[in-house]
Amino acid sequence: MPVVHGSGARRRRTRASRAIYLGPGLLYITLFMAIPMGFILSYAFLEKAPYGGVRLSFSLDSFTRALEPVYVSVLENTLLIASITTLLALVIGYPVAYAIAKLPPKWRTVAVILVVLPFWSNFLIRTYAWILLLNSEGIMNKGLLAVGVIDHPLALLYTREAVILGLLYAYLPLMILPLYASMERLDWSLLEAARNLGAGRARAFVDVTFPLTLPAAMIGAIFVFVPSVGNFIVPELLGGGKTVMVGNLVRDQFLKARDWPFGSVLALTMVGFLVLLFAVQGYVARRINIGDSRA
Amino acid sequence: MTMKPLLTITDVRRTFGDVIALDSVSLEIHENEFFALLGPSGCGKTTLLRVLAGFEHPDSGTVMIGDQDLLAMPPNKRPINLMFQSYALFPHMSVEKNVAYGLEREGCAKDEIRDRVAQVLQTVSLSDKARKRPAQLSGGQRQRVALARAIVKRPRLLLLDEPLSALDRKVRAEMQLELKRLQHEVGITFVVVTHDQEEAMSMADRIAVMSNGLVEQIASPVELYARPSTAFVADFVGSSNAFQGLRVTGGVDVPGLGVLHGQPVGEQMGALAVLIVRPEDVRLVSEGEAFLGGLVLDTQFYGGRSTVAVQVPGCPAPVIVTCQGTASVERGAHVHLAWAPDKAVVLSAATQNKDGNDGQEPAL
Repeated sequence: MPVVHGSGARRRRTRASRAIYLGPGLLYITLFMAIPMGFILSYAFLEKAPYGGVRLSFSLDSFTRALEPVYVSVLENTLLIASITTLLALVIGYPVAYAIAKLPPKWRTVAVILVVLPFWSNFLIRTYAWILLLNSEGIMNKGLLAVGVIDHPLALLYTREAVILGLLYAYLPLMILPLYASMERLDWSLLEAARNLGAGRARAFVDVTFPLTLPAAMIGAIFVFVPSVGNFIVPELLGGGKTVMVGNLVRDQFLKARDWPFGSVLALTMVGFLVLLFAVQGYVARRINIGDSRA
Repeated sequence: MTMKPLLTITDVRRTFGDVIALDSVSLEIHENEFFALLGPSGCGKTTLLRVLAGFEHPDSGTVMIGDQDLLAMPPNKRPINLMFQSYALFPHMSVEKNVAYGLEREGCAKDEIRDRVAQVLQTVSLSDKARKRPAQLSGGQRQRVALARAIVKRPRLLLLDEPLSALDRKVRAEMQLELKRLQHEVGITFVVVTHDQEEAMSMADRIAVMSNGLVEQIASPVELYARPSTAFVADFVGSSNAFQGLRVTGGVDVPGLGVLHGQPVGEQMGALAVLIVRPEDVRLVSEGEAFLGGLVLDTQFYGGRSTVAVQVPGCPAPVIVTCQGTASVERGAHVHLAWAPDKAVVLSAATQNKDGNDGQEPAL
């Protein structure tokens, strides 16, 4: 892209108008994100006060406590659950997004609306609905019993699998949407070019479609992974308290144990993962789109 | 030129719902030929190109390359490469990777790939851009990458889809020469698809003019221009003056203008006919030898030549006359027009030549 250099006055005007456009968003982010994050960051280095809150004296106790095996295992468990969820979302979401992008244009809109339709009802209610589906008296077990696949109800609910299922159900659209967006604007003549140059269908997919949709897949993966790590409703409702995730831990530290510094450390760990993931995604996207103005 | 057919297209038909994109198209493309498919958008030329590349399948008909059935081969196995109108360069690969892609799919040795890529990049003068990504190149450079990527495979047939349409005027002229030079150099059969008659005329050995899924005429550029076999071809290729009337001995009887003289091309007497005269064949003459007379509406100067628009009573459109240098007449002057009868072509009005016409007309 050619860079057009305006005059100084014009540049100043551009800067002023940019401030106006960005202003409301920046204000919102500052008030509701940057400042609270600052609190979290500072709490992590302070001592806890007996009934919640913090005492203003420096301490690294919360960090050392986070390294205790019981908490490390919660973290590991969380990352495992979130990773499996993300992987499943990718495996299921990729073909769905591909199929939607290949639909005639008028049906694409319908399909996208169907994908986001669950968001129109409350998340808590939808998660409760899974309890009804999965419990020993639920439709799933009754159905399987009726057709004779099983002779006694399966313990579907309150398992790690149930948590993964709940998270997958909740966040699958967040995988499908960015993938669909990137596939929809994919130049399909590139695939024809690959075919014309001697690539079979599978080879053309691996060489063209996959790398060009990889940045979107990574965005989708982050969109699924991050809230999965932080979610505490699904493990509580579908995991029955047996499966503890970092989200539950953070919530408990602030609201039950009243240990704000430790809660802050746990929250920062999650933020750290998020930053790392975005860095990787950014790197890959840049590698693929060098010089591409759309990047 | 050798007359060995490389590609034989026979009765190819393709419909999309009610739309007939190709209506039993038959043509032959010779070895080492620069062939053009010319026609307005929607004439079926792009569909034909996609059939050749394997991205469309005809409803019926056959396409043979040499003595092999082309339609039986999947797109990646055809000895045909296509330069896409949009170039379709892989944005995530460097120039050299783009060019090497086809050779890698063939399973060529690494050394061979490197040598052939370097050589072809030199041919299109892009050696210094080998490591750039397509988005870092200008339009003309991207086009040359697309060309290099297609010819590096040394296909038996190279298809070029509107190869010059995205380029500005000056780069176009350069590329036009470049393509012609390359075609001689690499000895590949070129098939250009274009809606631009100048592009087709200046580059191609032979042109197939298409309209509504039919081949109207197949001929050399000179023949196409001088001896159009249908009114559509006459109108589409070059500018022309057309006079509608009834076919009579020696020409066409145009209501209000009398008999205008032209070369009869196999027409029935009394049938509706149209007489076509190129602007450069119309002369300003004295009253005695004139076919037509009228008032000069306007004159336009184009440097080397001028055009004069003459309003002839009884004629719906002004008659255009081209003359060398500046026009010798002025606006409002009364002028007389004539042409040599052998320069005017008499065609049946609004017909379509179903069979196509492969060099059947007498040569000039």
